[in-house]
Amino acid sequence: MSVRLVFLGRLADVAGVSAKEVAPGPLTDLLRGLPAGLLSPRVKLALNGMLVQAEGLVLDSGDELAFLPPVSGG
Amino acid sequence: MAADIRLLDQAFDPGAALAAFADAHQRAGGVTSFLGQVRGGDDVEALDLQHYAPLTLPGMEALGEEVLARWPLDGVLIWHRVGEMLPGDSIVLVAAAARHRRDAFEAADYAMDHLKSQSWFWKREKRAGQWHWIEPRVQDHADLARWNDPPEA
Repeated sequence: MSVRLVFLGRLADVAGVSAKEVAPGPLTDLLRGLPAGLLSPRVKLALNGMLVQAEGLVLDSGDELAFLPPVSGG
Repeated sequence: MAADIRLLDQAFDPGAALAAFADAHQRAGGVTSFLGQVRGGDDVEALDLQHYAPLTLPGMEALGEEVLARWPLDGVLIWHRVGEMLPGDSIVLVAAAARHRRDAFEAADYAMDHLKSQSWFWKREKRAGQWHWIEPRVQDHADLARWNDPPEA
């Protein structure tokens, strides 16, 4: 099993894909293989549908982590 | 059903939706509504709205409950499109039914402000064949601040 990363909005352009499977582990390790700019103070993270902080985050097999840039609905 | 909350991936008929909503709330003395549609005439060829299933509809449902808790309403309707739309297409319909009009106006206004800048949608526009992501406007956040919400957790 792996971790599924999901990139919403403009972050799909930054990542070059809208979703990606990676090996489990600390978020900092997972980000090493990805383009810079996915994490910033304005980007929120949701782990399995719940908002979480990036600090100290460790992803397990089967987790889905979504990268959520500033929203614009309506 | 007091809250009618829908995330739609196909075009909808706002007139029919509003008529059905008003019919379902005949005790209400007033029904207000807001319809957002894709703006035409400024080079926008298409609009695309993305959502994230684990968050978007649950967030809209929570917004509906917030609105019902904040104003004495008979009902609230929040329908929001996702996917690709063309100028003139309906994006969002918000309606509120209440005994008195002021509550209905304020509830619909509140729901729209929260959909614009606090709900899980990402919008891009196609101009001259190129897609461009739309960032939230400063005005959207100013609109939201009018409601003095408790700070985010």
